Amino acid sequence: MNARGPFQDKQSIRVEALSLSRGQRILFENLSFAAASGDYVEVLGSNGSGKTSLLRAMAGLLRPSGGEIAIEGADEPSLALHYVAHANGLKRETSVREHLHYWAGLFGGSPSEDFVAQMLDLARVMALPVRVLSQGQARRLALARLVVAPRPIWLLDEPGAALDDAGKAVLNELIAAHRANGGIVVAAVHEPLGPSPSQTIRVSR
Amino acid sequence: MFAFLANPARFMAFSAWAAPILFAGALILFAVGVPWALFYSPPDYQMGDTVRIMYVHVPAAWWSMGAYAFMAGASFVGLVWRHVLADVAARAAAPVGAVFAAVCLITGSLWGAPTWGTWWEWDGRMTSMLVLFITYLGYIALWSSIEDEERAARLAAILCLVGAINLPIVKFSVDWWSTLHQPASIMRSGGAAINGEMLGPLLTLGGAYLLLFGALTLMNMRAAIFRRRVESAELRKAHA
Amino acid sequence: MNALVATFRRELAMLWAGGGALTPLGYFFGATMLVPLAMGPDRALLETAGPPLVWIAAALSVLAMLERLFQADLEDGSLDQMLLSPAPLEGLVLAKGAALWVAIGLPLALAGAPVAIALQAPVERIPLIVASLALGTAAFVSVGLIGAALTASVKRGGVLLALIVLPLFAPPIIFGASVASGEDVSAAFAILGGCALGGLALGPIAAAAALRLQAE
Repeated sequence: MNARGPFQDKQSIRVEALSLSRGQRILFENLSFAAASGDYVEVLGSNGSGKTSLLRAMAGLLRPSGGEIAIEGADEPSLALHYVAHANGLKRETSVREHLHYWAGLFGGSPSEDFVAQMLDLARVMALPVRVLSQGQARRLALARLVVAPRPIWLLDEPGAALDDAGKAVLNELIAAHRANGGIVVAAVHEPLGPSPSQTIRVSR
Repeated sequence: MFAFLANPARFMAFSAWAAPILFAGALILFAVGVPWALFYSPPDYQMGDTVRIMYVHVPAAWWSMGAYAFMAGASFVGLVWRHVLADVAARAAAPVGAVFAAVCLITGSLWGAPTWGTWWEWDGRMTSMLVLFITYLGYIALWSSIEDEERAARLAAILCLVGAINLPIVKFSVDWWSTLHQPASIMRSGGAAINGEMLGPLLTLGGAYLLLFGALTLMNMRAAIFRRRVESAELRKAHA
Repeated sequence: MNALVATFRRELAMLWAGGGALTPLGYFFGATMLVPLAMGPDRALLETAGPPLVWIAAALSVLAMLERLFQADLEDGSLDQMLLSPAPLEGLVLAKGAALWVAIGLPLALAGAPVAIALQAPVERIPLIVASLALGTAAFVSVGLIGAALTASVKRGGVLLALIVLPLFAPPIIFGASVASGEDVSAAFAILGGCALGGLALGPIAAAAALRLQAE
């Protein structure tokens, strides 16, 4: 894993008595869990149960209605995490390569073109705009952010969506390598991804 | 006072009394002020009886600006302390302020016809009031086009504060601009020297407008809170 | 700093790929073409009314470019990524605004020269008109950021955006059109610069605050 440095065994993320609501609707209340270096946490729940909102709250995008989310051991809080959302965050007219360079600038990293081309199998489409990519290729490009700028905590929302078996295998490889490096992965999934989770969280009211 | 009313339940109990009392107070002041202004105050030595439009026009101008200042204050509280009641207050005041601004513009135009000989004059005050009126419309439109109430409240609060910075700049700009374009001989709307006998009815009606503003804003707030309660009750039913 | 440069470059590239200033310039030319058609070709009339109308057309051209500025980022998930960048969102918003000004504002200012000539403005005033438009479009873009951010989640929010932004355009229009008409030029120019600076200070802060709420 040339593009990523190992993370020391010091990161942890702690969710305490968390409550989230959208508008007047309460999604869930009093959710607590913690994850430490090397952990893989799977978040399960039915549609609309608040899986996405939980990840958004952990990413600092959504303000909780109660409780606390603490990220500990990160040297620089703004460099603590990646969030791969449902929406890929891609521009239709911009090429794969330009995306990598943009993210390298935006997050502070290196475009890692070779690594992305081989590992994520995007070599043949490197110069093409996103609008001609298949859904699986677009998803793999979104996952490339994880590699372009190393972050100890990964928050992944349905990371396997639109991926074929080969894509899922690559994703599992990325997750395994990240855990081996001391990173934390929290994934909201519909059905288990593959790697055996260190814990499973169920969100519901 | 604010801390006490910050609790919605206490606010509802308070406003159940306060709104009708303010409304009654407004009616009393109107009952005193309107005849005073229309029949018992002296006509202007230049404008004659048309000066009586002032008693409708000037308080509307005062409190359309006052309402905006109130909204800006409430928006600030809502943004910084994320207080629901402040959001509701800002939203409730907006239509009242907008109507005052419209009244001010319409009466100003009616007043302009006999005194300036034109229905509209691009003078500093009227132009600024027009910008204020458009700002009100934008605020109300933004509120009603965003579904999520909490997000709508915060976004509208940002707009309200931006407007509060913009409006004095507009006033300054328009004043600068109208001195550039207008001969100084044109009379301004407030240019009539106000003598003591006019001040009495003017202040009475100013008070009446203020109480009316308070009463209508409280009623709007109560309606908004009731609507919220009904919605959340139905939501609970749907999820039970 | 890298994040701001990367944002600026990408934004500029996307604006160019999308036709660059071609559409707003076409709109600008088309709108100003209607002026003599409506007023008649009377030279004296155009001389006074022309420069202010150039300004109004420029304001509307900028306005027309604002609607999708943040809406696209909100819809495709790019806004989330901007929020997760270590760079402050205010700076990224400013970088986007700067790219819009370079791609659209500057070409509009330059296009102001032929348009003003066609509308019978005195030739010696052309440099002044172009310079005032360059400052003015910067002011329009920076306060326009606020409107674009406030309406980012509103579908077909173009009219609402205009309603919100037009009162904010009032000060730069007043002083800019004054410069273009050659009235009290030095004072008006200085205050127009003040409008642009004030917009640059306020616009990104207010827009970033609004975008944080939009992402929730």
